[in-house]
Amino acid sequence: MYGNAYVENTGNQNSLTAGEDPVKLAEFEARIAAGEKIEPQDWMPKEYRRQLIRMIEQHAHSEIIGALPEGTWITRAPGFRRKLALMAKVQDEVGHAQLLYSACETLGKSREDMINDLINGKSKYSNIFNYPAETWADSAVIAWLVDAGAIINQLTNSKGSYGPYCRALDRICAEESFHLKYGHDNVVFLATGTPKQRQMVQEAMNRWWTPLMHFFGPSDKISQHTETLMKWKVKMASNDDMRQQFLDMYVPKIWDLGLTVPDANLKKNEETGKWEYTEPDWEEFKRVINGDGPCNKERLAVRRMAEEKGRWVRNTILKKDAHYVAPLA
Amino acid sequence: MIIKSLDPRITRAGLDDESKDGIQQPMDQWFTYEVFQQKKRGTHHVHVGSLHAPDSELAILFAKEQYARRGQCVNLWVVKTADVFATEYEDEDIFATTPEKKYREPEVYKVMDRIQAYKAKQNS
Repeated sequence: MYGNAYVENTGNQNSLTAGEDPVKLAEFEARIAAGEKIEPQDWMPKEYRRQLIRMIEQHAHSEIIGALPEGTWITRAPGFRRKLALMAKVQDEVGHAQLLYSACETLGKSREDMINDLINGKSKYSNIFNYPAETWADSAVIAWLVDAGAIINQLTNSKGSYGPYCRALDRICAEESFHLKYGHDNVVFLATGTPKQRQMVQEAMNRWWTPLMHFFGPSDKISQHTETLMKWKVKMASNDDMRQQFLDMYVPKIWDLGLTVPDANLKKNEETGKWEYTEPDWEEFKRVINGDGPCNKERLAVRRMAEEKGRWVRNTILKKDAHYVAPLA
Repeated sequence: MIIKSLDPRITRAGLDDESKDGIQQPMDQWFTYEVFQQKKRGTHHVHVGSLHAPDSELAILFAKEQYARRGQCVNLWVVKTADVFATEYEDEDIFATTPEKKYREPEVYKVMDRIQAYKAKQNS
């Protein structure tokens, strides 16, 4: 589960290639333009490596932190079948983090450094997981719609240029289809249930709408244009394009259940084929991603506890003569 | 401050939001193995990715969890990444077939041409 990378403002586009060998850069760009993948041992521009590390690492952290709001509901899942299914989904998310951490390590950042940057608050993760899952219906809306958004983003990114990341995403996307079906099943069950169940799922929808609109990142109007990153196939689609795709695929399904979305201006413009909506509050997005959200502190505290309490086990089984080399691919 | 959560288990854990717990030391996450999966009998094992483990037995266990959780597997191999000796992409040209080694390709053997010529000569 992951939203779009929060691409930082890199200033002048030329600075991305400053100091690079022009011959090697041209070969590298020609390889990407021809649709070939870049492998870890290949030459690559410093900024390509840096941006990919930041992006894959954010994605890995999002998977592992994303397991927390849903994991909260495992002990209180309504019924044994749902408990088992939710456990399987949460295990998938943690497994996705493992795949992504490995892909990122091929670029030269160790797993220990990534975990430290997460628990120190230096690295970001998908902002949506800084919001609480207040009821069971929230976990249903997350499993359906957050995973739906993640699939759109991950399928797009799986066409990118970095081999290990694309291969990890292919495996991840295959597992996400279960999450989407599972989430949809849970939302449909509530939406077609008693008036109280319908009310629960509607309230969850109201709570999650703004975070879902934030999910794909700031509007293209205020986001730095990233032509070089597009050319390098690091960034594969604009935030607004992915948001449009999400609205187009899922708003009709939400309305079909007789549920509403808390935005009176949301409608499809039949002439342009584009969805019109109230721009979500991007100040809130910035505030929450920078640490001031309802659950930021809790998420990191839980992650620190997991690392701390697991340490003695990891140390006990570590062989004295063990040494680390980066994974191959 | 102690974290108060909607999840009673987290509230009970009494976590301090200022804590510096959990900071990793080098080798805290062990080292890496490469994973090879055979999807069904009769096919090759194929490299599917890597993982962290402290020894081969746990590497197999983690490989099963990370790479073979949805069926589609009959056998797994794990190999320490450090034990893999690999070529460099820079040297890709070592795999190119050069024109002077065409004798290794089946299509350079044109026996039918010679047979036809022989037959034509016999019949003339």
